[in-house]
Amino acid sequence: MGKHVLLVLPHPDDEAFGFAGTMAFHLKNGDNVTYACLTLGEMGRNMGFPPFANRVTLPAIRKGELEASCRAIGIEDLRMLGFHDKMIEFEDPDLIDEKIGALLQELRPYLVYTFYPGYAVHPDHNACGAAVVRSVARLPKSQRPQILCNAFAGNSEADLGKPNIVRDVSEFLPLKRASITAHRTQFQAAELMGQKPWSDEELRARFGIERFWIYPFAD
Amino acid sequence: MKPIDAADVQRRIDMFKDQDVYLHLELTLGAYAARFDKTKHQASTFIKNAAIRYSRGSIAGGGPFRVGLKTEQGWVYSEGLTHYEDRETDKLILAGHDGEGKLIVALMLSREAF
Repeated sequence: MGKHVLLVLPHPDDEAFGFAGTMAFHLKNGDNVTYACLTLGEMGRNMGFPPFANRVTLPAIRKGELEASCRAIGIEDLRMLGFHDKMIEFEDPDLIDEKIGALLQELRPYLVYTFYPGYAVHPDHNACGAAVVRSVARLPKSQRPQILCNAFAGNSEADLGKPNIVRDVSEFLPLKRASITAHRTQFQAAELMGQKPWSDEELRARFGIERFWIYPFAD
Repeated sequence: MKPIDAADVQRRIDMFKDQDVYLHLELTLGAYAARFDKTKHQASTFIKNAAIRYSRGSIAGGGPFRVGLKTEQGWVYSEGLTHYEDRETDKLILAGHDGEGKLIVALMLSREAF
């Protein structure tokens, strides 16, 4: 049995751009991967174009898209934690930490992937990363998994330095493309996809590298 | 109205916690948003005197600010808040004004109807 990797992100589709190739890399190496997704992205504004989702149907549709994305990557253990989209920073931190803490106890991961608190632009991303950091910090130092964070705020490199891990995931690009396009409501938006399908070259240039910073604990 | 002092607003949010209160929540781009620019989508919405009760509430961000209230059945959320009424003692009055001073967003709470 392989070692365990835990991915904790707030929205269906967060896994697609920044983490899909790395998860496929771990699965190929024999690691087990669990993806805990905090919300169903039910406040998303992209409803398909022309719109085929509405505010009532969007959560179930995005749940289906998330499951399809996980199938594309090869992730078999998907946990949907049931928090409300956009409200992670306002939720009772103890409730979130309890759920993440239970996963840490159950899975004993050696790596946890999430967003870098304060450097991930969307308040849900930052609050999700902060919850992971709090939950891991509660473990005895010797039992803490390493936290690998995606940071994409403009000041990330200026403040944090170069990423610790720069992973070429070009061998997994077909999986990554399938993960991205599984989110049908989200990635028809022109600002993300452009007007025509990507060539392999464009896909490699935009999504062939995934970068992570090791979260530095003070103690 | 004064620029938001987050600590003072947090104190006021806590003041209305676990009580039946009236909510006014509003977002408006103005009635003339699309008049000179047809690419703009004109929209606005408000709800006045909705009865709510929340068990948690907080203000977040570094300005403009966000507020989230966790109610018994759901959430109240507002983004883009810039100003508050610091002299008001029995209401919470929050608003977001654009660069021209126009109101874009408002979130207000009171024990009595507005």
